[in-house]
Amino acid sequence: MKSLKAQNHPLSNSRYELDLLESPETGIPFSEKLTESGLYPLKPTQIEILQLNLGKMCNQVCKHCHVDAGPDRKEIMSREIMQDCLEVLKNQEITTIDLTGGAPEMNPDFRWLVEAIRKIKPQAKIIVRCNLTIILANPKFHDLPEFFKKHNIEVVSSLPYFTAMKTDAQRGDGVFEKSIKALKMLNEVGYGQENSGLILNLVYNPAGAFLPGSQEGLEAEFKKRLANPYGIVFNSLFTITNLPISRFLEYLIRSGNYEVYMEKLIEAYNPSAAANVMCRNTISVGWDGYLYDCDFNQMLELKVSCRESQHIRDWNQQKLNNREIVINQHCYGCTAGAGSSCGGATA
Amino acid sequence: MKTYYDPEDLKKFGKIGEFQKSMADKFFDYYGEVFKEGALTAREKSLIALAVAHAVQCPYCIDAYTVDSMEKGCDEEQMMEAVHVAAAIRGGASLVHSTQMMNKVKEISM
Ligand code: SF4
Ligand code: SF4
Repeated sequence: MKSLKAQNHPLSNSRYELDLLESPETGIPFSEKLTESGLYPLKPTQIEILQLNLGKMCNQVCKHCHVDAGPDRKEIMSREIMQDCLEVLKNQEITTIDLTGGAPEMNPDFRWLVEAIRKIKPQAKIIVRCNLTIILANPKFHDLPEFFKKHNIEVVSSLPYFTAMKTDAQRGDGVFEKSIKALKMLNEVGYGQENSGLILNLVYNPAGAFLPGSQEGLEAEFKKRLANPYGIVFNSLFTITNLPISRFLEYLIRSGNYEVYMEKLIEAYNPSAAANVMCRNTISVGWDGYLYDCDFNQMLELKVSCRESQHIRDWNQQKLNNREIVINQHCYGCTAGAGSSCGGATA
Repeated sequence: MKTYYDPEDLKKFGKIGEFQKSMADKFFDYYGEVFKEGALTAREKSLIALAVAHAVQCPYCIDAYTVDSMEKGCDEEQMMEAVHVAAAIRGGASLVHSTQMMNKVKEISM
Protein backbone atom coordinates (compact mmCIF):
# COMPACT_ATOMS: atom_id res chain seq x y z
CA MET A 1 0.00 0.00 0.00
CA LYS A 2 1.20 3.50 -0.84
CA SER A 3 0.73 6.69 1.15
CA LEU A 4 -2.03 9.05 -0.02
CA LYS A 5 0.71 11.46 -1.05
CA ALA A 6 2.40 8.87 -3.28
CA GLN A 7 -0.99 8.05 -4.80
CA ASN A 8 -1.55 11.73 -5.46
CA HIS A 9 -4.85 11.35 -3.64
CA PRO A 10 -6.88 14.57 -3.16
CA LEU A 11 -7.00 13.87 0.58
CA SER A 12 -3.22 14.28 0.77
CA ASN A 13 -3.94 17.98 0.30
CA SER A 14 -4.70 19.59 3.66
CA ARG A 15 -6.77 22.38 2.08
CA TYR A 16 -9.02 19.77 0.52
CA GLU A 17 -9.39 18.00 3.88
CA LEU A 18 -10.23 21.26 5.64
CA ASP A 19 -12.82 22.22 3.03
CA LEU A 20 -14.49 18.89 3.59
CA LEU A 21 -14.40 19.18 7.38
CA GLU A 22 -15.68 22.74 7.28
CA SER A 23 -18.60 22.02 4.96
CA PRO A 24 -21.93 22.78 6.68
CA GLU A 25 -23.07 19.14 6.42
CA THR A 26 -20.37 18.19 8.92
CA GLY A 27 -22.49 19.73 11.68
CA ILE A 28 -22.29 22.36 14.41
CA PRO A 29 -18.98 24.24 14.30
CA PHE A 30 -16.59 23.13 17.06
CA SER A 31 -16.15 26.76 18.08
CA GLU A 32 -19.86 26.94 18.98
CA LYS A 33 -19.59 23.94 21.27
CA LEU A 34 -16.51 25.44 22.92
CA THR A 35 -18.38 28.71 23.38
CA GLU A 36 -21.22 26.87 25.13
CA SER A 37 -18.62 25.32 27.45
CA GLY A 38 -17.00 28.71 28.13
CA LEU A 39 -13.77 27.60 26.46
CA TYR A 40 -13.71 29.71 23.34
CA PRO A 41 -11.23 30.99 22.28
CA LEU A 42 -9.26 27.95 23.38
CA LYS A 43 -6.11 28.97 25.25
CA PRO A 44 -3.13 27.02 26.55
CA THR A 45 -2.73 26.32 30.25
CA GLN A 46 1.02 25.81 30.42
CA ILE A 47 3.48 24.26 27.96
CA GLU A 48 4.71 21.09 29.62
CA ILE A 49 5.15 18.72 26.70
CA LEU A 50 7.23 19.16 23.59
CA GLN A 51 6.26 16.63 20.96
CA LEU A 52 8.82 16.20 18.21
CA ASN A 53 7.73 14.59 14.98
CA LEU A 54 10.97 13.13 13.66
CA GLY A 55 9.52 12.43 10.24
CA LYS A 56 6.86 10.79 8.15
CA MET A 57 9.02 7.81 7.24
CA CYS A 58 7.67 4.53 8.57
CA ASN A 59 8.11 0.80 7.94
CA GLN A 60 4.32 0.37 8.14
CA VAL A 61 1.42 1.82 6.17
CA CYS A 62 -1.48 1.57 8.64
CA LYS A 63 -4.90 2.22 7.15
CA HIS A 64 -5.90 4.78 9.79
CA CYS A 65 -2.60 6.72 9.95
CA HIS A 66 -3.18 10.43 10.51
CA VAL A 67 0.40 11.18 9.42
CA ASP A 68 -0.02 9.41 6.06
CA ALA A 69 3.31 7.82 6.92
CA GLY A 70 5.03 5.01 5.08
CA PRO A 71 8.24 3.82 3.48
CA ASP A 72 7.62 6.15 0.54
CA ARG A 73 7.67 9.28 2.76
CA LYS A 74 11.10 10.84 2.90
CA GLU A 75 10.45 13.92 5.06
CA ILE A 76 12.53 13.57 8.22
CA MET A 77 13.86 15.99 10.83
CA SER A 78 17.44 17.12 10.21
CA ARG A 79 20.10 17.33 12.92
CA GLU A 80 20.05 21.08 12.49
CA ILE A 81 16.38 21.31 13.47
CA MET A 82 17.04 18.87 16.32
CA GLN A 83 19.72 21.24 17.56
CA ASP A 84 17.18 24.08 17.55
CA CYS A 85 14.86 21.88 19.61
CA LEU A 86 17.65 21.19 22.08
CA GLU A 87 18.23 24.93 22.47
CA VAL A 88 14.57 25.36 23.44
CA LEU A 89 14.81 22.46 25.87
CA LYS A 90 17.86 24.03 27.53
CA ASN A 91 15.97 27.21 28.27
CA GLN A 92 12.43 26.08 28.98
CA GLU A 93 10.59 24.34 31.78
CA ILE A 94 9.47 21.44 29.63
CA THR A 95 8.97 18.25 31.62
CA THR A 96 8.07 15.76 28.89
CA ILE A 97 9.63 15.20 25.48
CA ASP A 98 7.49 13.02 23.25
CA LEU A 99 9.20 11.54 20.18
CA THR A 100 6.90 10.49 17.41
CA GLY A 101 6.76 10.01 13.65
CA GLY A 102 6.32 7.94 11.36
CA ALA A 103 8.71 5.56 13.04
CA PRO A 104 10.96 7.97 14.95
CA GLU A 105 13.68 5.31 15.24
CA MET A 106 14.13 5.38 11.45
CA ASN A 107 15.56 8.87 11.65
CA PRO A 108 19.34 8.30 11.46
CA ASP A 109 19.87 10.89 14.20
CA PHE A 110 17.32 9.36 16.58
CA ARG A 111 19.86 7.93 19.03
CA TRP A 112 22.00 11.04 18.90
CA LEU A 113 18.95 13.13 19.76
CA VAL A 114 17.87 10.92 22.68
CA GLU A 115 21.37 11.08 24.17
CA ALA A 116 21.50 14.84 23.75
CA ILE A 117 18.08 15.30 25.40
CA ARG A 118 19.12 13.11 28.33
CA LYS A 119 22.21 15.24 28.86
CA ILE A 120 20.16 18.43 28.99
CA LYS A 121 17.25 16.98 30.94
CA PRO A 122 18.41 14.07 33.11
CA GLN A 123 15.09 13.91 34.97
CA ALA A 124 12.61 14.63 32.19
CA LYS A 125 10.16 12.10 30.92
CA ILE A 126 11.17 11.05 27.41
CA ILE A 127 8.52 9.14 25.50
CA VAL A 128 9.05 7.23 22.29
CA ARG A 129 6.05 6.23 20.21
CA CYS A 130 7.40 2.93 18.99
CA ASN A 131 5.33 0.97 16.49
CA LEU A 132 6.90 -2.31 17.76
CA THR A 133 7.55 -3.89 14.36
CA ILE A 134 10.46 -1.50 13.77
CA ILE A 135 12.40 -3.42 16.43
CA LEU A 136 12.35 -6.47 14.15
CA ALA A 137 12.51 -4.65 10.82
CA ASN A 138 16.29 -4.69 10.57
CA PRO A 139 19.13 -6.14 12.72
CA LYS A 140 20.30 -2.59 13.44
CA PHE A 141 17.08 -2.03 15.42
CA HIS A 142 17.15 -5.27 17.43
CA ASP A 143 18.91 -3.58 20.37
CA LEU A 144 16.32 -0.78 20.65
CA PRO A 145 14.81 -2.23 23.86
CA GLU A 146 18.28 -2.06 25.48
CA PHE A 147 18.80 1.45 24.15
CA PHE A 148 15.42 2.61 25.50
CA LYS A 149 16.24 1.05 28.85
CA LYS A 150 19.67 2.67 29.05
CA HIS A 151 18.12 6.13 28.70
CA ASN A 152 15.04 5.36 30.77
CA ILE A 153 12.67 6.11 27.95
CA GLU A 154 8.96 5.47 28.33
CA VAL A 155 7.68 3.32 25.48
CA VAL A 156 4.20 3.88 24.06
CA SER A 157 3.12 1.37 21.44
CA SER A 158 0.04 0.87 19.34
CA LEU A 159 -1.72 -2.43 19.45
CA PRO A 160 -5.30 -2.03 18.26
CA TYR A 161 -6.37 -5.46 19.40
CA PHE A 162 -5.28 -8.66 21.08
CA THR A 163 -5.95 -10.83 18.03
CA ALA A 164 -4.20 -10.98 14.68
CA MET A 165 -7.31 -10.49 12.53
CA LYS A 166 -8.23 -7.02 13.77
CA THR A 167 -4.66 -5.83 14.30
CA ASP A 168 -3.56 -6.86 10.82
CA ALA A 169 -6.73 -5.39 9.26
CA GLN A 170 -5.66 -1.97 10.53
CA ARG A 171 -1.86 -2.18 10.55
CA GLY A 172 -0.98 -4.65 7.79
CA ASP A 173 -0.45 -8.39 7.34
CA GLY A 174 1.81 -10.03 9.88
CA VAL A 175 1.95 -6.96 12.14
CA PHE A 176 0.31 -8.70 15.09
CA GLU A 177 2.80 -11.55 15.20
CA LYS A 178 5.76 -9.19 14.95
CA SER A 179 4.25 -6.87 17.58
CA ILE A 180 3.92 -9.78 19.99
CA LYS A 181 7.57 -10.70 19.42
CA ALA A 182 8.65 -7.10 19.98
CA LEU A 183 6.55 -6.83 23.16
CA LYS A 184 8.27 -9.98 24.46
CA MET A 185 11.67 -8.40 23.74
CA LEU A 186 10.63 -5.28 25.66
CA ASN A 187 9.34 -7.40 28.55
CA GLU A 188 12.61 -9.34 28.59
CA VAL A 189 14.70 -6.24 29.33
CA GLY A 190 12.22 -5.26 32.05
CA TYR A 191 9.65 -3.06 30.29
CA GLY A 192 6.17 -3.35 31.76
CA GLN A 193 7.45 -5.52 34.63
CA GLU A 194 6.41 -4.63 38.14
CA ASN A 195 8.93 -2.50 40.04
CA SER A 196 11.32 -2.24 37.08
CA GLY A 197 10.59 1.46 36.67
CA LEU A 198 10.51 0.84 32.90
CA ILE A 199 7.16 1.94 31.55
CA LEU A 200 5.49 0.23 28.61
CA ASN A 201 2.08 1.65 27.71
CA LEU A 202 -0.12 0.41 24.91
CA VAL A 203 -2.41 2.41 22.68
CA TYR A 204 -5.78 1.09 21.59
CA ASN A 205 -7.60 2.74 18.76
CA PRO A 206 -10.67 1.25 17.14
CA ALA A 207 -10.11 -0.71 13.93
CA GLY A 208 -13.10 0.87 12.22
CA ALA A 209 -15.73 3.60 12.32
CA PHE A 210 -16.60 3.36 16.00
CA LEU A 211 -15.46 5.00 19.23
CA PRO A 212 -13.29 3.44 21.90
CA GLY A 213 -15.09 2.04 24.93
CA SER A 214 -14.04 2.63 28.52
CA GLN A 215 -10.27 2.75 28.98
CA GLU A 216 -10.50 0.85 32.24
CA GLY A 217 -12.59 -1.97 30.80
CA LEU A 218 -10.42 -2.35 27.71
CA GLU A 219 -7.23 -2.26 29.76
CA ALA A 220 -8.48 -5.12 31.93
CA GLU A 221 -9.39 -7.14 28.84
CA PHE A 222 -6.05 -6.45 27.11
CA LYS A 223 -4.13 -7.42 30.27
CA LYS A 224 -6.00 -10.70 30.47
CA ARG A 225 -5.74 -11.56 26.79
CA LEU A 226 -2.05 -10.63 26.43
CA ALA A 227 -1.01 -12.42 29.62
CA ASN A 228 -2.66 -15.58 28.38
CA PRO A 229 -1.55 -17.02 25.95
CA TYR A 230 1.37 -14.69 25.25
CA GLY A 231 2.75 -14.01 28.73
CA ILE A 232 3.01 -10.29 27.92
CA VAL A 233 2.74 -7.58 30.58
CA PHE A 234 2.39 -3.83 30.25
CA ASN A 235 1.56 -0.84 32.43
CA SER A 236 -1.42 1.10 31.08
CA LEU A 237 -3.65 1.08 28.05
CA PHE A 238 -4.46 4.43 26.43
CA THR A 239 -7.65 4.54 24.41
CA ILE A 240 -7.43 6.95 21.48
CA THR A 241 -10.23 8.05 19.17
CA ASN A 242 -9.42 8.10 15.46
CA LEU A 243 -9.62 11.68 14.22
CA PRO A 244 -11.29 12.27 10.87
CA ILE A 245 -8.20 13.33 8.96
CA SER A 246 -5.79 11.85 6.41
CA ARG A 247 -6.00 8.09 5.88
CA PHE A 248 -8.75 7.56 8.45
CA LEU A 249 -10.80 10.24 6.72
CA GLU A 250 -10.15 8.49 3.40
CA TYR A 251 -11.41 5.24 4.95
CA LEU A 252 -14.51 6.96 6.38
CA ILE A 253 -15.45 8.41 3.03
CA ARG A 254 -14.66 5.28 1.03
CA SER A 255 -16.69 3.08 3.39
CA GLY A 256 -19.67 5.48 3.50
CA ASN A 257 -19.19 6.09 7.24
CA TYR A 258 -18.10 9.74 7.22
CA GLU A 259 -21.41 11.45 8.06
CA VAL A 260 -22.44 8.96 10.71
CA TYR A 261 -19.00 9.06 12.33
CA MET A 262 -18.99 12.87 12.50
CA GLU A 263 -22.51 12.83 13.92
CA LYS A 264 -21.36 10.37 16.54
CA LEU A 265 -18.36 12.49 17.53
CA ILE A 266 -20.48 15.62 17.80
CA GLU A 267 -23.20 13.86 19.75
CA ALA A 268 -20.61 12.52 22.19
CA TYR A 269 -19.09 15.99 22.83
CA ASN A 270 -18.04 16.16 26.47
CA PRO A 271 -17.23 19.58 28.01
CA SER A 272 -14.85 18.13 30.58
CA ALA A 273 -12.89 16.38 27.84
CA ALA A 274 -12.81 19.72 26.01
CA ALA A 275 -11.29 21.40 29.06
CA ASN A 276 -8.48 18.83 29.04
CA VAL A 277 -7.52 18.66 25.36
CA MET A 278 -3.81 18.02 24.96
CA CYS A 279 -3.09 21.12 22.88
CA ARG A 280 -3.46 23.12 26.10
CA ASN A 281 -0.16 21.83 27.47
CA THR A 282 1.69 20.64 24.37
CA ILE A 283 3.57 22.11 21.45
CA SER A 284 4.12 19.88 18.47
CA VAL A 285 7.19 20.40 16.28
CA GLY A 286 7.11 19.26 12.65
CA TRP A 287 10.03 17.58 10.86
CA ASP A 288 10.91 20.96 9.31
CA GLY A 289 10.79 22.86 12.61
CA TYR A 290 7.39 24.52 12.31
CA LEU A 291 5.25 24.67 15.45
CA TYR A 292 1.70 23.39 15.82
CA ASP A 293 -0.89 23.04 18.58
CA CYS A 294 -0.87 19.26 18.14
CA ASP A 295 0.20 16.49 15.78
CA PHE A 296 -3.21 16.57 14.05
CA ASN A 297 -2.98 20.27 13.29
CA GLN A 298 0.52 19.57 12.04
CA MET A 299 -0.82 17.10 9.48
CA LEU A 300 -3.48 19.64 8.44
CA GLU A 301 -0.70 22.24 8.13
CA LEU A 302 -2.42 24.52 10.65
CA LYS A 303 0.53 26.30 12.27
CA VAL A 304 0.28 27.95 15.71
CA SER A 305 -1.58 31.23 15.40
CA CYS A 306 1.15 33.51 16.83
CA ARG A 307 3.00 34.57 13.69
CA GLU A 308 6.10 35.73 15.56
CA SER A 309 6.72 32.24 16.93
CA GLN A 310 5.84 29.74 14.24
CA HIS A 311 9.22 28.03 13.98
CA ILE A 312 11.36 26.36 16.63
CA ARG A 313 14.15 28.86 15.86
CA ASP A 314 11.82 31.72 16.76
CA TRP A 315 10.46 30.12 19.96
CA ASN A 316 8.84 32.82 22.05
CA GLN A 317 7.41 31.39 25.24
CA GLN A 318 5.28 34.40 26.03
CA LYS A 319 3.70 34.53 22.58
CA LEU A 320 3.06 30.80 22.64
CA ASN A 321 1.49 30.97 26.10
CA ASN A 322 -0.86 33.69 24.98
CA ARG A 323 -1.80 32.23 21.63
CA GLU A 324 -5.22 31.10 20.55
CA ILE A 325 -5.29 27.40 19.69
CA VAL A 326 -6.33 26.73 16.10
CA ILE A 327 -9.40 24.53 16.02
CA ASN A 328 -11.58 22.90 13.40
CA GLN A 329 -14.14 20.11 13.09
CA HIS A 330 -11.52 17.35 13.54
CA CYS A 331 -11.19 18.55 17.16
CA TYR A 332 -14.44 16.73 17.96
CA GLY A 333 -12.28 13.59 17.97
CA CYS A 334 -10.52 14.86 21.11
CA THR A 335 -13.71 15.72 22.98
CA ALA A 336 -15.96 12.72 22.33
CA GLY A 337 -16.99 10.56 25.26
CA ALA A 338 -14.18 10.12 27.73
CA GLY A 339 -11.94 12.31 25.53
CA SER A 340 -8.81 11.40 23.66
CA SER A 341 -5.19 12.52 23.66
CA CYS A 342 -1.73 11.05 23.12
CA GLY A 343 -2.02 9.92 26.75
CA GLY A 344 -5.45 8.32 26.29
CA ALA A 345 -8.77 9.35 27.85
CA THR A 346 -8.92 12.82 29.41
CA ALA A 347 -12.27 13.02 31.20
CA MET B 1 -39.29 3.81 0.08
CA LYS B 2 -41.48 3.57 3.17
CA THR B 3 -40.66 0.70 5.50
CA TYR B 4 -41.77 -0.27 8.98
CA TYR B 5 -38.19 -0.06 10.26
CA ASP B 6 -36.15 3.08 9.57
CA PRO B 7 -32.60 3.26 11.04
CA GLU B 8 -33.18 7.00 11.61
CA ASP B 9 -35.93 6.12 14.11
CA LEU B 10 -33.37 4.71 16.52
CA LYS B 11 -32.22 8.29 17.18
CA LYS B 12 -35.77 9.14 18.28
CA PHE B 13 -35.78 6.50 21.01
CA GLY B 14 -34.85 9.08 23.63
CA LYS B 15 -37.93 11.11 22.68
CA ILE B 16 -40.56 8.57 23.70
CA GLY B 17 -41.10 10.76 26.77
CA GLU B 18 -42.95 13.18 24.51
CA PHE B 19 -46.13 11.09 25.00
CA GLN B 20 -45.52 9.91 28.56
CA LYS B 21 -42.67 11.59 30.39
CA SER B 22 -42.54 10.14 33.88
CA MET B 23 -42.49 6.53 32.73
CA ALA B 24 -39.90 7.26 30.06
CA ASP B 25 -37.68 9.01 32.61
CA LYS B 26 -37.96 6.06 34.98
CA PHE B 27 -37.24 3.65 32.15
CA PHE B 28 -34.12 5.48 30.95
CA ASP B 29 -32.78 5.85 34.51
CA TYR B 30 -33.28 2.16 35.01
CA TYR B 31 -31.75 1.37 31.60
CA GLY B 32 -28.65 3.40 32.42
CA GLU B 33 -28.32 1.70 35.78
CA VAL B 34 -28.63 -1.77 34.26
CA PHE B 35 -25.76 -1.24 31.82
CA LYS B 36 -23.29 0.19 34.35
CA GLU B 37 -20.29 -1.87 35.47
CA GLY B 38 -21.55 -4.12 38.24
CA ALA B 39 -21.18 -7.74 39.25
CA LEU B 40 -21.09 -8.21 35.48
CA THR B 41 -18.77 -6.00 33.43
CA ALA B 42 -20.26 -3.50 30.98
CA ARG B 43 -18.67 -5.63 28.28
CA GLU B 44 -20.44 -8.80 29.41
CA LYS B 45 -23.73 -6.92 29.62
CA SER B 46 -23.27 -5.66 26.08
CA LEU B 47 -22.84 -9.21 24.79
CA ILE B 48 -25.97 -10.33 26.68
CA ALA B 49 -27.88 -7.41 25.17
CA LEU B 50 -26.63 -8.39 21.72
CA ALA B 51 -27.84 -11.95 22.20
CA VAL B 52 -31.23 -10.81 23.52
CA ALA B 53 -31.55 -8.37 20.62
CA HIS B 54 -31.31 -11.33 18.28
CA ALA B 55 -33.77 -13.36 20.32
CA VAL B 56 -36.35 -10.57 20.23
CA GLN B 57 -35.30 -9.78 16.64
CA CYS B 58 -35.13 -6.04 17.15
CA PRO B 59 -33.16 -4.46 14.28
CA TYR B 60 -32.56 -1.26 16.26
CA CYS B 61 -31.08 -3.18 19.16
CA ILE B 62 -29.00 -5.37 16.85
CA ASP B 63 -27.40 -2.28 15.27
CA ALA B 64 -26.95 -0.53 18.58
CA TYR B 65 -25.43 -3.49 20.44
CA THR B 66 -23.22 -4.53 17.53
CA VAL B 67 -21.57 -1.11 17.73
CA ASP B 68 -21.62 -1.15 21.52
CA SER B 69 -20.00 -4.60 21.70
CA MET B 70 -17.27 -3.51 19.30
CA GLU B 71 -16.67 -0.34 21.29
CA LYS B 72 -16.32 -2.44 24.40
CA GLY B 73 -13.61 -4.50 22.70
CA CYS B 74 -15.52 -7.66 21.79
CA ASP B 75 -14.43 -9.47 18.65
CA GLU B 76 -16.49 -11.07 15.90
CA GLU B 77 -16.09 -14.56 17.30
CA GLN B 78 -17.38 -13.57 20.73
CA MET B 79 -20.29 -11.71 19.20
CA MET B 80 -21.27 -14.65 17.03
CA GLU B 81 -21.00 -17.00 20.02
CA ALA B 82 -23.39 -14.72 21.90
CA VAL B 83 -25.89 -15.00 19.04
CA HIS B 84 -25.48 -18.77 19.09
CA VAL B 85 -26.40 -18.74 22.77
CA ALA B 86 -29.61 -16.92 21.85
CA ALA B 87 -30.25 -19.37 19.01
CA ALA B 88 -29.58 -22.38 21.22
CA ILE B 89 -32.01 -21.16 23.87
CA ARG B 90 -34.65 -20.35 21.27
CA GLY B 91 -34.20 -23.73 19.56
CA GLY B 92 -34.02 -25.52 22.87
CA ALA B 93 -37.13 -23.77 24.11
CA SER B 94 -39.06 -25.14 21.13
CA LEU B 95 -37.59 -28.57 21.41
CA VAL B 96 -38.11 -28.93 25.15
CA HIS B 97 -41.84 -28.41 24.52
CA SER B 98 -41.74 -31.55 22.42
CA THR B 99 -41.83 -33.43 25.70
CA GLN B 100 -45.40 -32.17 26.08
CA MET B 101 -46.18 -33.42 22.59
CA MET B 102 -44.59 -36.74 23.45
CA ASN B 103 -46.60 -36.97 26.67
CA LYS B 104 -49.83 -36.33 24.79
CA VAL B 105 -48.97 -38.81 22.05
CA LYS B 106 -48.29 -41.45 24.66
CA GLU B 107 -51.48 -40.57 26.56
CA ILE B 108 -53.74 -41.15 23.58
CA SER B 109 -51.91 -43.98 21.90
CA MET B 110 -52.49 -47.68 22.39
S1 SF4 C 1 0.10 4.68 12.46
FE1 SF4 C 1 2.22 4.76 13.19
S2 SF4 C 1 3.08 2.78 12.57
FE2 SF4 C 1 1.23 3.08 11.38
S3 SF4 C 1 1.89 4.02 9.46
FE3 SF4 C 1 1.32 5.68 10.86
S4 SF4 C 1 3.21 6.26 11.86
FE4 SF4 C 1 3.55 4.24 10.95
S1 SF4 D 1 -7.22 18.23 17.36
FE1 SF4 D 1 -5.48 19.30 18.24
S2 SF4 D 1 -6.16 21.41 18.38
FE2 SF4 D 1 -7.98 20.18 18.14
S3 SF4 D 1 -8.66 19.78 20.23
FE3 SF4 D 1 -7.40 18.06 19.58
S4 SF4 D 1 -5.38 18.54 20.34
FE4 SF4 D 1 -6.55 20.46 20.34
